[in-house]
Parts: sequence; structure tokens; C-alpha cells
Amino acid sequence: MVKKLKNLYIFLVFLFLYAPIIFLMIFSFNNSKLKTTWSGFTLKWYEELFKNEEILSSFSNTIIIAILATLVATALGTMAAIGIYYMKNWKKSLVLNVNYIPVLNPDIVTAVSVMVLFRLVSMENGFITVLLSHIMFTTPYVVLTILPKLKQMSKSLPEAAMDLGATPFYTFRKIIIPEIKTGIISGAVLAFTLSLDDFVVSYFTTGNGFNTLSVTVYSMARRGINPAINALSTLMFLAILILLFIVYKTSKDPEDEKNL
Amino acid sequence: MRFRKLAYPYIIWISIFIIIPIIMVLYYALKSGEIAGFTLDNFIKFFKSINLRVFYNSIKIAFVCTIVCLIIGYPMAYWISKLSLRKRSIMILLVILPMWMNFLLRTYAWMNILATNGIINNFLGLFGMEPLNLIYTKGAIIVGMVYNFLPFMILPIYTVIEKIDNSLLEASADLGATQMQTFWKIIFPMSLPGVITGITMVFIPAISTFEISALLGGNKINLIGNVIENQFRVVGDWNYGSAISMVLMAIILIIMMITNKFDSSEEKTGGGLW
Repeated sequence: MVKKLKNLYIFLVFLFLYAPIIFLMIFSFNNSKLKTTWSGFTLKWYEELFKNEEILSSFSNTIIIAILATLVATALGTMAAIGIYYMKNWKKSLVLNVNYIPVLNPDIVTAVSVMVLFRLVSMENGFITVLLSHIMFTTPYVVLTILPKLKQMSKSLPEAAMDLGATPFYTFRKIIIPEIKTGIISGAVLAFTLSLDDFVVSYFTTGNGFNTLSVTVYSMARRGINPAINALSTLMFLAILILLFIVYKTSKDPEDEKNL
Repeated sequence: MRFRKLAYPYIIWISIFIIIPIIMVLYYALKSGEIAGFTLDNFIKFFKSINLRVFYNSIKIAFVCTIVCLIIGYPMAYWISKLSLRKRSIMILLVILPMWMNFLLRTYAWMNILATNGIINNFLGLFGMEPLNLIYTKGAIIVGMVYNFLPFMILPIYTVIEKIDNSLLEASADLGATQMQTFWKIIFPMSLPGVITGITMVFIPAISTFEISALLGGNKINLIGNVIENQFRVVGDWNYGSAISMVLMAIILIIMMITNKFDSSEEKTGGGLW
């Protein structure tokens, strides 16, 4: 009895989490442009999607920004984490505290502050400003994900390598990086996820016709959303599911998967 | 250690992209119009205006949202952590999965579910019930927030409970404790760091959101985030907007300090999301 109630509870929470997604998927096949009445099956929104420049370009912008931001944030964050790990006392805690600011600050304050910065150097809002601000708010998470892995690494390992004549660069490449690899990967996944899902920071730093998907959806919501966007989200969701399925099938150790 | 140098690029980076911007916002907040020198006018204006009421409402709504997330999320995190390893990882993946779909799209879907002629009201209509006024209410905003931020409550609590050493629970059972006693005396206290992380991770975005309230609250209910957005994007009063941002930031910092006091764990970061 208790077990049944438990399962029912878990089911209801998942229903809550997935209801809007199911809704989006069903209505991507709806013939009517009206969102809430079902008037027959159609694929026309999928056709419309591949013709809709606005949606397609904002989608590709989102992906490009997420990939570039992830690459830079991961590289910068990995180096920073190693550097911070070897720093001492007040310098270390100062850098760590500053690193925490974007994590703790409300999105909107972060967004406003970088917007002010770009105005200060009179940078025109667009691709570069969005990219820079995405790197800005994702890197701290990468640092925070990698630091615990460094703490787990035995400090004598790199020392031993260098005592045996390895150059610092060689030690970095052959000892430290492999030791913290799982941290780097989860940091990168986290950065990618955060960048992909961001709205607030992009909204304040975007301009000049450069829109990310969230910004497009937000501006569309006022004038009525084109159901083609439902089609896009259905495709995205299916792509993620397939990707996960592949990861699941190819990964042997369930412990590894959890770190994703 | 030469590896310390690896942090230098990042130190330069955070000076430019974190420290300078915050100082700039503070500078803007202390400036007003053509007045030379610094002034507290913007702050005084804020504390005297209707926006103070908006701010109070935002705190209240964020608080309710956090409590609801905790009430829904804690049992969820607890029960998931009791499942077999295989089931557990699938369940957690299912919790994370919606976060990979654009959250504005999902919030937009809620607009359709809650709309006057939306799914819920259509469904009620089948039973001949009058349509409920669901959208553009505080309730709708809270539903949207809980929906968006629930995973941020579940994940840190789950991470902490999952790490609790099983032998502690066995010892407790051996010593004759009931399941209830084991829960309240061992599991719950040990899960507190995760709860605290969860609370901050839900409360901070909830208090400052403007997109959820814009979509689900229409123009009827404004939160402090909407006020800031309005000052920067519509009115163009950056000084006033900056002052409100600084107040918001200060409130968050104070809340963080208070919650940190309750966090007795050695690692200040609590459970951590990932």
C-alpha cells in the first residue's frame, strides 16, 4: 500500500515535469494554429519549421554560442581550477569568492552588470557580447566542478612526476589532466547545459538581429507563438532522447553515468 | 608550484568580467541625472516607491515557491535514493532531462495549459464546470516557478542522501530504532546541507525571475525582476535600475550568510548540484 502510494507520488511528480513537454509534442502535429483545440493531424509545422529563417537562425545561434562558450569556459576553467588549487591563503579565498559571485548572484544582476560593461567600452550588442557573457557565467561552474576532483588527487603525484624529470607541461598533460578528466567532462556538460538554457543573460546582451532561441521564444510569446517552434522542440527532445539512449547503451559503468 | 600561474588568465578575466561590472553597477546606482558627485537618491526613491511593495511580493512568492519545492522535492529525492542503482540513475536522468529543453518553451506550454480556454479548463468543461481563472494569477506564477526550479531542489538533496553511509542506517536499526526514528534522527539531519543548497538554488532564481512572471502573470503581476528589466530595457533609467539591482544583490547576500550559518557541514558548498 505504502509502496503503491510512493510510486504514485513519483509518477505524479514526473507527470508534472513532463506535462508541458508532452503538450508541446502533441500540438506540434495539430492542424489548427489555435493552440488549445485539436483539429486533426498534420506535418505542416515541420515543413514550416525548415522554412522559418527566424527560428532556424536563432536555433543555430544557440548551438554555436553553447559550443564555443563550452570550449572556452572548459579550457579557462580547467586552467583556473588547477591554478587556484595551488594558490595559498587569502589570495586563494579571494579568487574563490569572486568566482562565486556569478553563481550566487541573481541572473538578472549578472546580466545587467555585463550589459553595463559592454556599454562602458561601447561594444555593440550581438554575437560577441552574448558569447563573452556566456563564457563569463559558465566558467565559474566549471571551476567549481573541477576543484573537488583536484582535492581527490594525491598532491604528491605531480611532484613525483617532476622529481623524475617531467617538465611541468608534461606533468600537466600526462598526470593532472587524466586525474581530473571526469571533473572536466562534467564541467563541460554543465557549461553547455547552462548556456543552452540561458535566457536572461542573452536577453540583456543580445542585439543587432542576433537572437538565441530563448530570446526568440520570449518575443514570440507576446504576439502568439508559431507552432513551428513546437515542432522544433519535439525534434530537439527526440534528439536528446536518442543521444541519451546511445550513451546509456555504450557506457558500461553506471557510476560514470551518474556523473553526467 | 609553477602551476599557480595557470590561474593568471582567469584572474585577469574575472577582474574584467566580474569585478569591474559590479563596480560599474554600483557606480551607476550612486549617480543620478546631471548631479555631480555621488548620491543616494536612487535608493531613497526605491524605498519610498510602490516598488518596495513589489519587492516584498517577490520575496513572498519566492518563499512560497521554495517551500512548495521543498515539500514536493524532498520525498522525491528521498525515495529515488532508495531505489536500485539502475533505477536510480534513470530517475535522476528523468529529473534532469526537462532542463535540456528550452525553459521558455516549457513555460510557454504552461500558458496553454492554464489559459482560460486551455487544457485544464477544457477538461473541466467536459464535466460542465465553469472555466477557472488560472492564468495571470499569483498561483500561475508559482506553478511556473515550481515547475522550472523543482529539479534544483531534488538534485542536491538526492546527492546528499545518496552519499549517506548505509552502515549508519543499519546500526540505527540494530539498536532498535524504528524507520521513522532513523529518518528523523539520522537521515534528515544529515541531508540538511543538501536542503540548504536546494533552498538557495530555488530561492535566488525565484526572487529575481522576470520571464516567468511576464509570461504567466501577464502584465498584472510584476516582480522585482520585471521592475529591473523595465528600467534597463524600456524606461532607460540605468541609475535607478542599478540601485534596485544592488538592493537585490544585498538581500541575496544576507540570505546566503544566514543559510550558511545553518549549514554545519565542513564543506561550505553543501551538497552541490552536480
